[in-house]
Amino acid sequence: MYKPNDLILRTTTSLIAFILLGFAIYLLLAGHNSPGGGFVGGLMTASAFVLMYMSYGIETVKKILPINFRTLIPIGLLIAVVTGVGSFAFNEPFLSHTFGYFTFPLFGEIELATAMLFDIGVYVTVLGVTMTIILTIANDQ
Amino acid sequence: MIFTVLIPLLLACFVPLISKLKDKIHTGIFIFFIPFVIFLYYIQFVGSDFTTMKQTINWIPSLGVNFNFYLDGLSLLFVLLISGIGALVVLYSIYYLGKDERLGHFYVYLLMFMAAMLGVVLSDNIYVLYTFWELTSISSFLLIGYWHFNERSRYGALKSMLITVFGGLSMFGAFILLSVITDTTSIQSMIEQKDIILNSTYLPFILVLLLLGAFTKSAQFPFHIWLPDAMEAPTPVSAYLHSATMVKAGLFLVARFSPIFSSYEWFFIIVSIVGIITLCWGSYMAVRQTDLKAILAFSTISQLGMIMAMLGFGTDLAIYAAVFHILNHATFKGSLFMVAGIVDHETGTRDIRKLGGLLTFMPMTATLALFGTFSMAGIPLPFLNGFYSKELFFDSSIHLTSNGLSSFAEFLVQVIPYLAVFGSIFTFVYSMYFFFGVFGGKNQLSLLPKKPHEAPIGMLISPIILVLGVIVIGLFPNLVNGTFLAHAADAVKGTVAEELHILFWHGWKTPLIMSLTVVGIGIVLTLTRKKWAGVYRFIPGKLSLFKLYDIVLEKLNSVSKGITKQYMTGSLRLYVAIILGVTLTLTFITMFATGGVTIQFDNLADVRVIEVSVVFIMIVAAIGTIFARNNVAIILIAGVVGYGVAVLFVIYRAPDLALTQLVIETVSVVLFLLCFYHMPKLRKRDETKSSKSINIIISVGFGALMTIIGISAHSSKWFDSIADYFIETSYKLGGGHNIVNVILVDMRGFDTLFEITVLGIAALAIFSLVKLKKNKEAE
Repeated sequence: MYKPNDLILRTTTSLIAFILLGFAIYLLLAGHNSPGGGFVGGLMTASAFVLMYMSYGIETVKKILPINFRTLIPIGLLIAVVTGVGSFAFNEPFLSHTFGYFTFPLFGEIELATAMLFDIGVYVTVLGVTMTIILTIANDQ
Repeated sequence: MIFTVLIPLLLACFVPLISKLKDKIHTGIFIFFIPFVIFLYYIQFVGSDFTTMKQTINWIPSLGVNFNFYLDGLSLLFVLLISGIGALVVLYSIYYLGKDERLGHFYVYLLMFMAAMLGVVLSDNIYVLYTFWELTSISSFLLIGYWHFNERSRYGALKSMLITVFGGLSMFGAFILLSVITDTTSIQSMIEQKDIILNSTYLPFILVLLLLGAFTKSAQFPFHIWLPDAMEAPTPVSAYLHSATMVKAGLFLVARFSPIFSSYEWFFIIVSIVGIITLCWGSYMAVRQTDLKAILAFSTISQLGMIMAMLGFGTDLAIYAAVFHILNHATFKGSLFMVAGIVDHETGTRDIRKLGGLLTFMPMTATLALFGTFSMAGIPLPFLNGFYSKELFFDSSIHLTSNGLSSFAEFLVQVIPYLAVFGSIFTFVYSMYFFFGVFGGKNQLSLLPKKPHEAPIGMLISPIILVLGVIVIGLFPNLVNGTFLAHAADAVKGTVAEELHILFWHGWKTPLIMSLTVVGIGIVLTLTRKKWAGVYRFIPGKLSLFKLYDIVLEKLNSVSKGITKQYMTGSLRLYVAIILGVTLTLTFITMFATGGVTIQFDNLADVRVIEVSVVFIMIVAAIGTIFARNNVAIILIAGVVGYGVAVLFVIYRAPDLALTQLVIETVSVVLFLLCFYHMPKLRKRDETKSSKSINIIISVGFGALMTIIGISAHSSKWFDSIADYFIETSYKLGGGHNIVNVILVDMRGFDTLFEITVLGIAALAIFSLVKLKKNKEAE
């Protein structure tokens, strides 16, 4: 069996993947104030995973990332919906958001918004969707 | 009153239960009492001191649709006919239909029909009338197709259904117009407001639509073609529906609405002409027939035409004659149908060429037929009711006036008496043909499937009663005159007129001379009938309306099939071309017709070099996709366009969009490549020049359209943008500086929620598509 020696690819991947993941998390968290957000963040995370799949093969990555990406779709949707429903508890209409500033010992003053929770839902869904599509089609022979 | 309509319907539900006992007791015996009791109930209203009656039960009051029942002279006449002949027909059917028939079905349909017919004649509400009207069509359809295993029965049932429902729907249109104009749903209040209707601009439509309904139901020319084919029904049905009741529903309708239209000239012209033509054509065609029931069917058509013509004349005398003849026709035609049924039942054939000389075998039946046919022919004998009404018909036809009418109507007035005599001559001929063809001449027993013998007495009771009616009315015409015919005539006219006395002997006046002429020429024609056979066969020959109906029906099918085949080819390419072409044309027309195209050059930004160069690259790439031959090349070049868009987003300062566009473009290019890996190679499209040029026209046109829409939309800003609101409140309310993101997750979070749902569904759909395909392969 032909086995290519893709040492360079694998080595760079292990570096790049982490940078990509970090960038993705940045995009997600920074979305409220600078360009970015759940959607791009999700896509970026997905591209990091795809890169890992490409260089290490599906079986290997499955071992280190034992995630069924299909379940991420309902989880993400659930987070988004629950965020919306949560506003009922405060006698507000569906999907009302609020925000506030809190001071934490290590980080200093930080803005926290409920919109962030919603964005996380978007993030998880997009990640699940992208991975499901790509893996399904890629696995199909 | 209302219960007489609803009780047959209600009891029809129990017929299936009773019909379980049919081996012991014939179902018809139970059924007989229903029309009989109704008849007894209504007979109490007969009398010279009759007054109209009203009864209302709410159904849909908010729409004005209620069971408004109204009993006047006209409805009373019809109600008595329906219930009286209904009872006789049920009695007759007990002996006619054996216990091996599906009696439950028969009587359910019959009761349904009876209730519907009672509803038609008693309703004062046009919508309720229409409801019952359609119910008669449906139940008649079921009754004609009673022997459904017979192909001719199904054909006849379908034909009658199509024609009568066509008329019914036309009538419905007239009803809607009427109720919109007069703002009422009651016929009586419409009659009160007849000035409004007569001055309405819709009057011609109302009249034509209404008459279409009446003419189709009453088998008037050229809609008579369904009636001869309806003769496939069992004979009791033919006797009941197609001589006495349903075919008179059209007459009832015309009579009911004639107080409104009688002063309208076209009512006279249309109804008289159609009636007279039907009279002549029907009686002529009857002579040609060889089947007993077909003769009677055409005879019914012709007699109905005669009544219709009289209703069209609209003079006091004519209307009186019309209601009189409705009654007379029901008596003698009902009995004749029953006679035909007896002959069929006892000899096994209805073909008049095989019959003959049955007088000695069936003396009773022959006597009944004698009275029936002679009355139908209008022979001047003082005990035949047909003569009186025919005499009145002649009388009214020569007393028509054309005061202040158009020259055409005047011409019509001149011609009608001659046509009346002409039609009546053939009436005489076929009546004699019927009687002497069956009972006279030599017998041809070898041709008959059964040995003929007299019918059982039970079968004879009903025709005997009807023939007794013929004779009693013939002997004492004034018996029915003042008691209820006068009321009926008054209801048709809308006014109370002087009572008319019917006399047998008028003296030597024109009507009598006309009658004698008819009898004279009729005898000559009857005796020399064999010599005329060639003529009867020649006209109408190939030009028959029956064939026309078949051709039209067949053409309707084949043409619509052809049209559907033209555009429903199954080619997606064609469908897309049609959708885009139609969108294109309609949008262009709308835009130019409403002045939607505006092009303004103020309020434009400066064009920079970098924008021009990016757009140039994109244009080149886009054109490249059209001409590229290789799949992968097309995908990659399309990717160039996508990245170009991303660059444009950067230039136009939309970082979020640029980011997303970049990643999405990459993902979709990858997916495209994955998909095309599995796909077969694109076949070279073999396109003709014309389809290619059509494609070019559509695509260029659509591009131009979108460009124009874009420019016009930009040039015409009617309202201020709401963008300022978002800019101002993004931080204050949303707590974020990234306005795009705040809009997406906060201000318009609802949209986003469903967009990610769409994504999720798409992913699951792709997953299940791929997996399902695998499972199928495994099987």
